[in-house]
Parts: sequence; C-alpha cells; structure tokens
Amino acid sequence: MSPVIRVENLTHIYSPGTPFEVTSLDGISLEINKGEFFAIVGATGSGKSTLVQHFNGLLAPTCGKVWVCGADAADKKVRRDLWRRVGLVFQRPEQQFFEETIFEDVAFGPKNMGLNKGEVRERVSKALRLVDLDPEQAGKQSPFQLSGGNMRRAAIAGVLALGPEVLVLDEPTAGLDPRGRWQLLDHIESFRREQGITVVLVTHNMEEVGARAERVAVLNKGRLALQGTPREVFNRAEELLALGLDLPAPTALMRKLREAGLPVRADILTSTEAEEEIAKVLSQRGTALRI
Amino acid sequence: MLVQYFPGDSLLHRLDPRTKVAVVLSAAMSVLTAANWQGFVLAAGLVLAAVALTRLPARVFLRGLRGLWVLLAITFLVQLLLTPGEVLLGLGPLKISREGLTAGVLIFLRLSLLILAASLLTLTTSPISLTAGLESMLSPLQRLGLPAHELAMMMTIALRFIPTLLQEAQSLLRAQRSRGARFSAGGPANWARSLLPLFVPLIAGALRRAEDLATAMEARCYRGGANRTRIRGLAFNSLDYAAGVVVLAVLAGSVALRFL
Repeated sequence: MSPVIRVENLTHIYSPGTPFEVTSLDGISLEINKGEFFAIVGATGSGKSTLVQHFNGLLAPTCGKVWVCGADAADKKVRRDLWRRVGLVFQRPEQQFFEETIFEDVAFGPKNMGLNKGEVRERVSKALRLVDLDPEQAGKQSPFQLSGGNMRRAAIAGVLALGPEVLVLDEPTAGLDPRGRWQLLDHIESFRREQGITVVLVTHNMEEVGARAERVAVLNKGRLALQGTPREVFNRAEELLALGLDLPAPTALMRKLREAGLPVRADILTSTEAEEEIAKVLSQRGTALRI
Repeated sequence: MLVQYFPGDSLLHRLDPRTKVAVVLSAAMSVLTAANWQGFVLAAGLVLAAVALTRLPARVFLRGLRGLWVLLAITFLVQLLLTPGEVLLGLGPLKISREGLTAGVLIFLRLSLLILAASLLTLTTSPISLTAGLESMLSPLQRLGLPAHELAMMMTIALRFIPTLLQEAQSLLRAQRSRGARFSAGGPANWARSLLPLFVPLIAGALRRAEDLATAMEARCYRGGANRTRIRGLAFNSLDYAAGVVVLAVLAGSVALRFL
C-alpha cells in the first residue's frame, strides 16, 4: 500500500520572529495509506487542526516535508490545487452556507473546479445522495430550513462534490446527538468503501476511534506521542491518561473488570466486543448471562 | 491603529477617561489653530509632554504613525509640489517652492501631532473605560432624547466582538478556500461576487450571536440603563483637576497666540 500522505519531520511555526511566535507542530512524521481510515487524536492545542491544514495546501511547512498524492507540498503550485484532491471539512461546516438553496451551495465546489453545468448537476446530485439527502427535495430548500443533522450532512456533501481522493474531517460529529453521530459515521464509512476514499478523522471522541479507525496517531503539544492500530494505542492506557486523554468507555470498563478480578481481555474496542467477551468469560465460569 | 490598549500605571493611565478625552480634544484644537511657531511649540509641547508621561515605549506610538504613513506622505507631497510661490527647485512641470516646503512641513507636523494625540487616548484607556466615559459625557443629553446608555452599550458590545468576528472571518476564509474559492482573482466586478461566501455566513453568524447575546442579557435581568449601577464608578480625583487646569491653560494660550 503506498502512502497517499507522507509527512517527514514536519514543523510549523505561527508568526515566526514576532513576540507572538508559536510552534504548533514539532518534528512530526507519519504516513497515511491509500484507502485507510486514519484517526488523529489529541487534546485541544495539540496541533491536530494545523496538521491537517497541511494536507490540503492551506498551510506550508516551516521545516520538514509533506507529500500529498505523490506531490511535494512545498511547491506553491502544488498547494494551490490540492483542494481538488483533498477535501477538508472544518468543524461545524453548516455555519459556512451562503447560497440560497442547498443545491447552489453544494455546487460551489464543482463550479470552482470549472466544470460545465451538466457535470456540476451530476456531482451535486451524487454528493447529496451519498449523504442520504434527496437532491430534488433538499436541493431546493434554503440551508436554514433543514434540521441540524441534515445541515451538517449537506455541508459535507459540499466537499464530497469535489470528488476528493482524501477526505479529512475535523470533528464532524461535534454537537450532534448520539444517533446522529452514529449515522454520520456510518455514511462516512459507506462512501469510503464505495468510492475508495481515504478518510482522516480528527476527533476527541475515543469511542469513534475504537469503532471505526484502522490506525490512529496521538498528538501532544505538537509532537507525535503514540501511533498504531487502536488496539495497540489503547493498550498503552497509562500513557494516554498521562497525556490527558481517555480510553473508549468499553475499553475502560474491561480494564476495571480485570482489576476487579474478572479475567476478561482488555484490548476491547467496542461495546459489542465487550458484551461478547464478558458473556464468554462468564459462561466459562458457569454463569449464564442474559442480555 | 486605533484599538490597541496598552496596560500601564502611568499618570495618563490613571486619569479619568473623560479627562483624557478633554486633553485630547484640547490638544487637537491647539494643533489645528496654531498659526505661528509659538503656537506650534505650545501644541507640540502639550502632546509630547503627554506622550512622555505615558511612560510607554516610543515604538508603540511610532506604530500608529507608521500605519498612516501613506496619508502623511501624500499630504506632504501635495503641499510641497502644488503650492505656488518662490521656486527653489524645478523638476519639469513640478515646482517646489519655499511656501510649498513650509506648507508641507506644517501639515506633516499637524497631522503627526493629531495622530499622536489620538493614540494617547486609545493606548492609555481600556475600551471599557472609554465607553463608560463616553456614556457619562453623553448622559446629560439623555434629557434631550439621546439614548446615551444604549449607544455606549452598543459600542462596548461591538468592541468586544471585533476579535471574535475576526477569528470567524479567518475560519470562513479557510473553509471556503478549501472548496476552491479565490478571493482576489478577476476584476473589481468579480470581487463583490467572490466575497459573498465570506460575508453572507459572517453576517448570518453575527445575527445569530446577537440574538443569543440578547437572550443571555435578558436572562440576567438587563432592561436598559434605567436604575442601572456600575461596579466601578467613574470619579474625578486631584490628578484630573490638575490636568483640567493644564488643558484650560493650553487652550487659552493657543487662542491668545492665534488671535493676539
């Protein structure tokens, strides 16, 4: 698998040489493979947003190298067109609506790509259907007439309409109710599979990481603290807790059960896995568990 | 240039904001009415003495001047090159006359002193104090129907939201750029259109915030200025009275030097 994004010793300093100088990223190296579901976690201020803005060309490295889709992002011309291949969805994207109808707003990206009317229409319809919105119905409505969850989905469609190879989402489920969060992640997972898109999820929510991510990078104060599969990373629980981060609730539960004497595996990622493991161990002990 | 409060403990920092407004206004008047070198010395003396009393580093004041250097340069050049009189230097159609030189230097001095005087106010007075002072000064006009409290409250809220809106504008810029928006391409005709993705959401967001803020204020029993008290009242002290005397003296001096 070739890396679709490669970062080597990336350092980013805001306002260098002024009294407001801030080193947001300090020597980060990582690789994201094509088609992967990659999560980036870290406390507020750890540099997550700064990092992902290097992926679509918004920021250039102060030191170090960033390669996206094989191209070196140090080149201004490369950065200028990266938005076409790497779609970045910021937090609360529904606050960015400015057109009169959903259709027009989702069409903003394709129009900027220089596509003709027919292609724009096709892209918009496809993008809306990917997020489970009816192009005929929702497309004609004003962005402010939709419910919160639907607004969020329409905003994401706006980025999907670009047809990116990589989709970066910065806390896409923030502010949604639990069911909305789950549905959104299901959608993301389904178009990842259908379109073969690489997904980079920036999040605080450890349950989401445990349930969906194939690999995860943990940032702390601009440095890469931990990296690996979710199971590997959550196994190093003490380090995570020392960084001020959490474990997913099911994992934390299993650890507590182990401490209390129940010999369950602690490398559990989801509540389903937890149920199965607890049931298995209890039945081995001869205790039936009715769920 | 205007909104940059620099905290400190100098004489000027400790004056009542109303006194400071009076100082600045009188300094401005004396700068504008100075017609001879004595008048200028008086005006410049007041401004520079006040600047020294702030005990702030010079670079802070120079920043304000630097921000408006284009204005200063243009007015200087206009006076220098377009004032008729005894020619000192000729460069084709452009003639630099003695009168032009004098006029240019005079206007440069006047503008610089005015900018310094304005900076005095904004550098040594926090936005909250400033609006409190303005509200107090305008309150006698309430009897004539001027909503002094409401105006001051509007100013306070606006000042408080400037950094928030700036940040939001930056976020919007990044988000729309991520969808391929170009804000500087094309001619002026394209400009207005290309700024829509920035301004529409910004204004929508500002309206949303305004509504939330109004609800929050009402939830804490805000009902306008009627019977409203302050936690830190404004009161004149001996420093203010001394400054008041200086202000009157300088004003009297300027008028005298101008007309006598």
